[in-house]
Amino acid sequence: MPQWIRACATDDIDEEDLIRFDHAGQTYAIYHSPDGKFFATAGKCTHEDVHLCDGLVMGHLIECPKHNGQFDYRTGEAKRAPVCVNLKTFPVKVEGDDVFIEVA
Amino acid sequence: MTKRDYSLLGPDGARAVETGLAAAEWYHTEVPRKVMKDLMQRSDSPAIRDTIILYGCMIGFAAGGIALWGTWWCVPFWLAYGVLYGSASDSRWHECGHGTAFKTAWMNNAVYEIASFMIMRNSATWRWSHARHHTDTYIVGRDPEIAIMRPPAFAKLVAAFFGIPDVLAFFPRMIANALSGPTADERTFVPQSEWAKVQRVAIIYTAIYAATIGLAFSMQSILPLMVIGLPRMYGAWHHIMTGLLQHGGLADNVIDHRLNSRTVYMNPVSRFIYWNMNYHVEHHMFPMVPYHALPRLHDTIKHDLPAPNRSIAEAFREMWPALRRQLSYEDYFLERALPASAKPYRTDFHKAALGDAIPAE
Repeated sequence: MPQWIRACATDDIDEEDLIRFDHAGQTYAIYHSPDGKFFATAGKCTHEDVHLCDGLVMGHLIECPKHNGQFDYRTGEAKRAPVCVNLKTFPVKVEGDDVFIEVA
Repeated sequence: MTKRDYSLLGPDGARAVETGLAAAEWYHTEVPRKVMKDLMQRSDSPAIRDTIILYGCMIGFAAGGIALWGTWWCVPFWLAYGVLYGSASDSRWHECGHGTAFKTAWMNNAVYEIASFMIMRNSATWRWSHARHHTDTYIVGRDPEIAIMRPPAFAKLVAAFFGIPDVLAFFPRMIANALSGPTADERTFVPQSEWAKVQRVAIIYTAIYAATIGLAFSMQSILPLMVIGLPRMYGAWHHIMTGLLQHGGLADNVIDHRLNSRTVYMNPVSRFIYWNMNYHVEHHMFPMVPYHALPRLHDTIKHDLPAPNRSIAEAFREMWPALRRQLSYEDYFLERALPASAKPYRTDFHKAALGDAIPAE
């Protein structure tokens, strides 16, 4: 049953950056884009077992800290080798100063 | 003494997977997020400047070599051209393969393709090979880029300074790739979606070399091969000299880059050719940091790393005796002292993974 979970406050993430969010044994990455919007994806790279939270956000791309693979975090699309498999994304909403993600 | 099997399809690799040594979580020095974000920032300008200098020098030296062909005066021009073709291409291949040299993706890709051709590495295959090198750095049976296997083959190492083993291995592989795509061992690390690209790249390389050799025959001169192909041999020495120092004589089967990688202070010319990869512990620990920011990264984390070697010569004086000792005692490796400010080596990480297979120290 999908439910909305509070992930963080809006000012917990700098613009063009991300943070890690763990919930119910799952790990997520929450992004604050340069145009002020928030997004959420699975926390780990689809190439290897590496968390994206130490990676670099460049515009709407997240680059994995281990092998420099890139995803578009808005859609999860794999954009640069060695990643080939898309990243799972999750719906996000902002209410007041809080960021929520919808998880199953 | 344990006998190492470096085959990617062999028992050592299988054991590394079983024990968790492969694809493990590695030690990292703690760096505040804001500092690391600043270090990771990309920029086109340093790499554009360096690429203009590099290709400008190559054109100038090649023009000098061609103009003076037939006289002894051409020799210094070819030596200079060769080291840029046969050695600087290694670092350009490396940095652009990581995608960190330039901010703009197509610039990384363009320089990567040119450098891959010059260094005689299939650009599609080696992108994946290097990803594995970063996942499983010097894990026996997993890392396809182990430059010095144990026991060291000294004749092969010396021949490598002239590019001989690499070139001898490259051409049969290029033909095999052109005919039927990746080889069996390459298929262990290249995803199937990329196999056609491996073959396409090999066909292009084969066509370029065939055209160059054909031109040399028609001119009855090796001059075309002095420009394309041979500099991979007569100019290889610098990238071998610096490359052997990256991990030579240090530990294998560990998951702390401070134990298996070496940082060496180098002169500015070598640093230009090598694109700052002399900061090798730093590069492995944080591969997101572009080459031009590695000196700043070094200053940020050097309190947690073994003291760097002060020069190329000093590093060889440290490494060479260790390699000689590995001839008779394969498990020997150098363990460099950490400064008092550093966190201790996490030998428990790899000891737990290796269990009874751990080498005696």
